[in-house]
Amino acid sequence: MSWVGRRLPRLEDPALLTGQGRFVADRAEGALAMAFVRSPLAAGTLTEIEVPPIEAPDSFVFTAADLAGVGAIEAILNRPDYKRVPQPILARNRVVFAGQPVAIALARSRAAAEDLAEQVFADIEPDEPILTFADALADGARAVHPEAPGNVLVEGQLRGEGVDAAFEGAAAIVDVELRSERQSAMPLEARGGVAAFDAGSGRVTLYASVQMPHMLRTGLADVLGIPESDLRVVAPDVGGGFGQKMSLFPEYVALVWAARHLKRNVAWIEDRRENFLGASHARDQRFRAKAAFDSDGRILALDADLLSNVGAFSCYPVTCGVEPLMAFAELPGPYRIAHYAVRSRGVTTNTAMMAPYRGVSRPMLTLTMEQLMDRAARQLGLDPLDIRRRNLICEFPHTSPTGLVHDAGSYVEAMDAAARVADLEDFRQRQTRARAAGRYLGVGVSVFSERSGYGTPAFAARMMEIVPGYETVDCEMDPSGRVTLAIGASPHGQGLKTALAQLAADRLGVTPEDVRVVSGDTDATPYGWGTFASRSMVIAGGASQMASDKVADKLRIAAAQVLECAPDDIELGDGLAKVQGANRTMRIAEIARALHHKSHLFADLTAGLKEQAFYDPAGTFSNACHIAEVEVEPATGGVRVDRFIVVEDAGRLINPLIADGQIAGGVAQGIANALYEELVYDEHGTLLTTSLADYAVPTAFEIPPIDIHHMETISPATVTKAKGLGEGGTIGAPAAVIGAINDALTPFAVAINTMPATPDRVWQALRDARDKAA
Amino acid sequence: MSDRHDITLRVNGATHHVNVEPRYSLADTLRDACGLTGTHLGCEHGVCGACTVLIDGRATRSCLVFAVQVEGSEIETVEGLAEPDGTLHPLQQAFWEHHGLQCGFCTPGFLMLALGALRENPDMDDEELRDLIASNLCRCTGYQNILTAVRAAADMMRAKAQPAPNP
Amino acid sequence: MKPAAFAYLKPENLAEALQFVADNADDGKLLAGGQSLVPAMNFRLARPETLIDISGLEALDGVNDRPEALSIGALTRHATFHKPVSDGALGRLLVKVVGHIAHYPIRQRGTFGGSLCHADPAAEWCLVATALDATMRLESSGDARDVPAEAFFRGSFTTALEPNEILTRITIPKLPDATGTGFVEFARRKGDFALAMALTTLHLEGNTIRSARVGLGGVADRALRMTEIEAALVGKPATPETFVTAGQMARDQISPRGDIHGSAEYRRDLGGALLERALAEAAEEARGAVST
Repeated sequence: MSWVGRRLPRLEDPALLTGQGRFVADRAEGALAMAFVRSPLAAGTLTEIEVPPIEAPDSFVFTAADLAGVGAIEAILNRPDYKRVPQPILARNRVVFAGQPVAIALARSRAAAEDLAEQVFADIEPDEPILTFADALADGARAVHPEAPGNVLVEGQLRGEGVDAAFEGAAAIVDVELRSERQSAMPLEARGGVAAFDAGSGRVTLYASVQMPHMLRTGLADVLGIPESDLRVVAPDVGGGFGQKMSLFPEYVALVWAARHLKRNVAWIEDRRENFLGASHARDQRFRAKAAFDSDGRILALDADLLSNVGAFSCYPVTCGVEPLMAFAELPGPYRIAHYAVRSRGVTTNTAMMAPYRGVSRPMLTLTMEQLMDRAARQLGLDPLDIRRRNLICEFPHTSPTGLVHDAGSYVEAMDAAARVADLEDFRQRQTRARAAGRYLGVGVSVFSERSGYGTPAFAARMMEIVPGYETVDCEMDPSGRVTLAIGASPHGQGLKTALAQLAADRLGVTPEDVRVVSGDTDATPYGWGTFASRSMVIAGGASQMASDKVADKLRIAAAQVLECAPDDIELGDGLAKVQGANRTMRIAEIARALHHKSHLFADLTAGLKEQAFYDPAGTFSNACHIAEVEVEPATGGVRVDRFIVVEDAGRLINPLIADGQIAGGVAQGIANALYEELVYDEHGTLLTTSLADYAVPTAFEIPPIDIHHMETISPATVTKAKGLGEGGTIGAPAAVIGAINDALTPFAVAINTMPATPDRVWQALRDARDKAA
Repeated sequence: MSDRHDITLRVNGATHHVNVEPRYSLADTLRDACGLTGTHLGCEHGVCGACTVLIDGRATRSCLVFAVQVEGSEIETVEGLAEPDGTLHPLQQAFWEHHGLQCGFCTPGFLMLALGALRENPDMDDEELRDLIASNLCRCTGYQNILTAVRAAADMMRAKAQPAPNP
Repeated sequence: MKPAAFAYLKPENLAEALQFVADNADDGKLLAGGQSLVPAMNFRLARPETLIDISGLEALDGVNDRPEALSIGALTRHATFHKPVSDGALGRLLVKVVGHIAHYPIRQRGTFGGSLCHADPAAEWCLVATALDATMRLESSGDARDVPAEAFFRGSFTTALEPNEILTRITIPKLPDATGTGFVEFARRKGDFALAMALTTLHLEGNTIRSARVGLGGVADRALRMTEIEAALVGKPATPETFVTAGQMARDQISPRGDIHGSAEYRRDLGGALLERALAEAAEEARGAVST
């Protein structure tokens, strides 16, 4: 029986359940504590930093002047339209967002470091902050960075032939202007690192709560001007990332610098307030789009103007192109668009840096396409599912207007399956009855693709100076028959270790408990790209399977020699090498021991059982349909999600328990995007939402049960037949929820165009409609 | 001002003599002075609940209590939940089986929250449980598996507490 | 997010606590449940030099159920009200209210008196005290005074409590047996501070309102008792139309401030809408109370 496909409880869990997990803060014992002095202002000239006289032992304050020789973080995109804006480790001469690190304070406890930090004063001559698209794009707007007059850091433009003609001949033209306010990935464990200095070697081991440990090592070494071999980066247990822990942040550079400078162990454990102020934010996009339809509801052309606020800097390594260029390339989503025009800009402002957050642009582009479909359906008098059915891609492979190749999927089928579960006919009856009783129910449909598991070709196409994508896996069976997979991916809650153990167990004939997966340690794993972009199951999984197969092949050859048969006759399973069709077996552990300790007996084989495999796929598209049912209360503007259905097609599921967990958690973040979470700056550029009391992460009360179903389109695009699904929940849910609200509000002729749809926004939209009608 | 206090804490039945500043939270003291790092800090302002422990049986945010306040109290943390032989508590077992955790950072807080509340009221209905679980934040799971796990554990704990009926 | 340093005092009894309070009138702060104070200290928004921890004073913990009133010790924890502390309408109302206060672990430690002294304009107990004519007993070394809620709350996070005083007990008059009560609040998430809330009591004769209490919270710098609306309700039938009129009166009388969670105009309208609901809830309960 196969381990793949089973709902196996995770191997990671016992430690985490008993308080024996090891997160970064759990390694801070004995280290000096570091705190940051952060700019209180959004923009200005830094004239002086007043540092108090330091009396206490083991207390230090350092500013940019002390970090001479340390470079800046520079994310590079080799596009002519891209403007480089170097990010200093500590602010020098000027500040560009409230929360930017200005100085570091170190002391024996975090409390004492904070005491010291609050005595450091940054004298800043304030500039008028540039905060919004309107501020940044106004004629003659002050440049946030002198390197980037006009405040556009990256711009993609495309105008396919025939777009204008298609609009001229259209039966219906629908346009939308949609916004997502600014949000935080808000991992429950904030960022943090412990830099341990080894006096003997001069090496620093940085334990850090990150998603890309090898990339962090490279980035740190480059900025500090040291060889990578002087650094070891370890991502221990990581309390969630969701993209926020991908980038190289100046805080980590300062931390490693301090450990090397003081020759001491130094810990920076970020608190929640800092995490809101200084870590990356996401979303803050405004999408305008119009689409031309023929009278049957077929989309003829799409024309979009997309703005993404990228904040004060360009995130390393993926750059500030990540949101605008993803929007540029993927807006058409799962729909056949013959003629496509788009202008997508990344706009810099005096706000915290934007970086990937689960979903990256796709929550907004899915919302955009689904609202276009819903509104076109209404305008043309079509059923919302019918109009989608007429436009969804159904022949594979499908090449998008920007050249993306969709492998086999089930776009129409997944939608139809979700609609059956939702029983839309019954819903419409309930909706009618409820309206008669003064209650407003709505249903929203969201069909989307999730580009996942893409290797270097996809990243190279973005013109990134650093091209991520491949993975290398070492698979070794030790003399006791236990297996170690050393991977370059860096899971942080996904359960990847269990899933990979299931994969390897099937190939090697052992149990998942026999497979230990080592990740996140640059001294112990092959150079790799960490965990992000729904890639690890596909790419690290593929490499793990291929490396395991190599070990299995060697086991078969050795077993065949002992059992006197052909290697192809050997079947590995239940810890045994069995000769097919005969009653001869040998324990796999025995073969492993023999290959290590009696290798001289195996004339044609090298000693040991260690193999490496490399995988760099082009990528694959998962697809899904979400259907949300909501109730809107006009009196309060409150929205409650009553029901949420997901039909997901991510190919072959390695561990459905884990897959469902990823989907449910993603949907919760998508609902949060649609209804709850919003980072708010005031007109001075001061962040007003610096606590979890103000930044409304939903609780168990707000998130409904998620009803998850699967389809399984097997695509040849990946060696495991699995597709990525880590982001889909977050991508699709906002469009379903907003669509449902707008459906509920049909009697009022109101459309919600801004996320999150807070009670105030819903109430205001209703009031405005009433005022207009009056 | 930075006077320090010698205090004695009772944690999971063991005694810890520690020297703390009054401003050290119970959470920091458990982690730094007692070496019990299973209690996590996610916000330090009482919203996320990752630091929830039991103080004299009551589920409490340990980031909002100073260590000097709880001398003489019985404190229970996630490290004391399993049996000494490693057998998982029904709550731990249920979280495992029902995939009630992903990154695991919030998990100790949810376990201790549920433990305290179920001791007070072993018969919570689903609505009461949802209200209770809404006390803490989880960023990974979407909560449903946590609810399912606590429901399952509650049923298991109740069954254990009642003597088996005579055949 | 670690608090600034402070000195810690733990009095053995009320007399000692009053002495400590008097001695540290300039820079001391009382610590009861700490569920609002400690977060503010962790953000260094509050930085008392001396913290006087009264959380262990058992004399101030617990509820006396007197025939005419509930006498609530200031250190009674919110969780005490999860079950009715007395038979009748008041005990029931407090059960309804307490479920809206933050979350279970906060209610295990936060105190009734601490909430009143903190005087958050959106705090549920402040609305209860204001709407139901509670009296606060404020003690100092060798002295004590009783202050009605109306005089106790002075504004946002501001009360009549002097630096040398401790709030020791709160007295809330009982409600007549056949009173119906309503409590409705609306918050962005479960356990959040309300964007607005309404508390009502109704005494009916047939379907005619004989007496009413109306309070609104979260819509001003303190909880509001809406006496004009109360007067207008008396003699009216307990019908939706009456409640809509009352809600409209509320909208006309309040002028909340906006913040990141809700604009001023939204909160004004919400206050009226919630009052309508709270009145409907009270009327339904009153009808039930009469019929049994």
